[in-house]
Amino acid sequence: MNIVACVKQVPDTEAQIKVKPDGSGIDESGIKWVMNPYDEYGLEEALRLKEKFGGEVTVVSLGPARVMETIRTALAMGADKGIHICDPAFDGADAYTTATALAAAIAGIPHDIIFCGQRAIDDDSGQVGSVLAELLGIPQLTIVTKVDVDGMSIKVIRPIEGAQLLIEGTLPCVVTAQKGLNEPRYASLPGIMKAKKKPLDTKDAAALGVTVDVKAKVARFIPPPARAAGKIIGGDDPTTKAAELARLLREEAKVI
Amino acid sequence: MAKGVWIVAEQRDGTMRKISFELASTARKLADQLGEEVCAILLGSGIEGIAGELSKYGVDKVYVADNAALEPYTTDAHATAIAKVVKENDPSILLLGASIQGKDLSSRLVGKLATGMATDCTDVKIVDGKFVAIRPMYAGKCYGEVVISSTPQMASLRPNVFPIVENPKAGTVVKFDPGLDPAQLKTKVLEVQKDTSGKVDLTEANFIVSGGRGMKGPEGYQILEGLADVIGATVGASRAAVDAGWRPLSDQVGQTGKVVSPNLYIACGISGAIQHLAGMSSSKYIVAINKDPGAPIFTKADYGVVDDLFKVVPELTEACKKLLAE
Repeated sequence: MNIVACVKQVPDTEAQIKVKPDGSGIDESGIKWVMNPYDEYGLEEALRLKEKFGGEVTVVSLGPARVMETIRTALAMGADKGIHICDPAFDGADAYTTATALAAAIAGIPHDIIFCGQRAIDDDSGQVGSVLAELLGIPQLTIVTKVDVDGMSIKVIRPIEGAQLLIEGTLPCVVTAQKGLNEPRYASLPGIMKAKKKPLDTKDAAALGVTVDVKAKVARFIPPPARAAGKIIGGDDPTTKAAELARLLREEAKVI
Repeated sequence: MAKGVWIVAEQRDGTMRKISFELASTARKLADQLGEEVCAILLGSGIEGIAGELSKYGVDKVYVADNAALEPYTTDAHATAIAKVVKENDPSILLLGASIQGKDLSSRLVGKLATGMATDCTDVKIVDGKFVAIRPMYAGKCYGEVVISSTPQMASLRPNVFPIVENPKAGTVVKFDPGLDPAQLKTKVLEVQKDTSGKVDLTEANFIVSGGRGMKGPEGYQILEGLADVIGATVGASRAAVDAGWRPLSDQVGQTGKVVSPNLYIACGISGAIQHLAGMSSSKYIVAINKDPGAPIFTKADYGVVDDLFKVVPELTEACKKLLAE
């Protein structure tokens, strides 16, 4: 089985995000970069399917030179080869452009299942997997917490508001991973050594034959509305404090 | 030229979902500024009867496809039907809900319509005649103002953030053929396992009572359930509590869990790691109950109680019960 795992490099969840004074982006100094957590679930599932059915896992990532580290991590975890889409033309790329580049890279390699994270925790857009599926003309199974593959058929569990759906689809398809799918492994030391010898191709927009046309642009980044600390409710004992809190919620905030 | 503000209404089991009214009310506001029409798309089976409900919130025209292949929801069928009616009518703005279904559907449509979308927006407006969408990024650690250069300009709206405004119109219903070819439908819902607890999902909840590491174990959540029952809240949890196995994954609030926007968020025994604060900072009112006065959660809370939550929460439950009985 040939599996593709799309991964994105994002700021660590611990990172404080500061907007540049001119609002053109975020200040990247001092940021620790990691593999997007949702992509890790997708990659882990790809590796498990390979262990079960044989085949190859190709990891694809779009981003600047530093993204190489994330691809190496994926190779160290057990992926077989990497494709790095790297071109300054993709700076500020929206979901459509990103998916166009990924689709061009993936169309040229065998693929039965393509895993993506259900969203990246930086831009939070959650579109790339679906746009990729549409561009490749294959079905999508999004935000899934369980994957079961049998021959050319795939069954997944997708939690929705107030229910869980058991959905069946056909291969090839795009699956977007949600927390709960699995517990991603760590890269082992031998894995890290082996990763250095695994093939890693770098491609730019021209090599992929992609024209960059950003349709949704973040015109301005803005800091979140300030949230100041409010009242600390004083009192001698928990009963008084609780009663005062209830009163404030009722009379001042008018929420209960 | 593209014209009109369109929404994709959402129904489940023949009942219109609240997000549909939020979308309709928001679309009406935008359309009034542009001097344009509001149209809704409603898909499903046996749902024509509920189309009229949308007119109460300002929808002029509802495009309805009533077809067995559209129930239950599948990406294939819904995205195909919507892309067809959108291409035939060329709206300038298309709004969907950033619900779980809406997220799945809207992103497929971005591909089908080759357009741009701002997802999970907390505000949308018309500035100098142009559509601008405001959306949290990095789970709310910063925001982005998005402009879209292609049409339809798509945005998905975060549930529970946009007000529902009554604005009755003499709406009309237009039936359309969804143009579905059964051979093209590659995914199928085999089973729907309903959660019968009747609890509102965290992403749509008006009230959330959330517990963290300070709950000390799964048993501690009973007192939170008690408070939640009294005020009609949904119980949430921090990543620490979920990772410890005290609560299911679906309860996690934060950057790698659910991003929530309730009217009231009561954080119990939650210190307030940056990932957690990111996930709940758009709550209207935040209450923190924690015995550590130095917990970062107090820097975001509108009301803070520094004390043992195991003593405060049951008292709060009683106090709320009394107030609500008055």
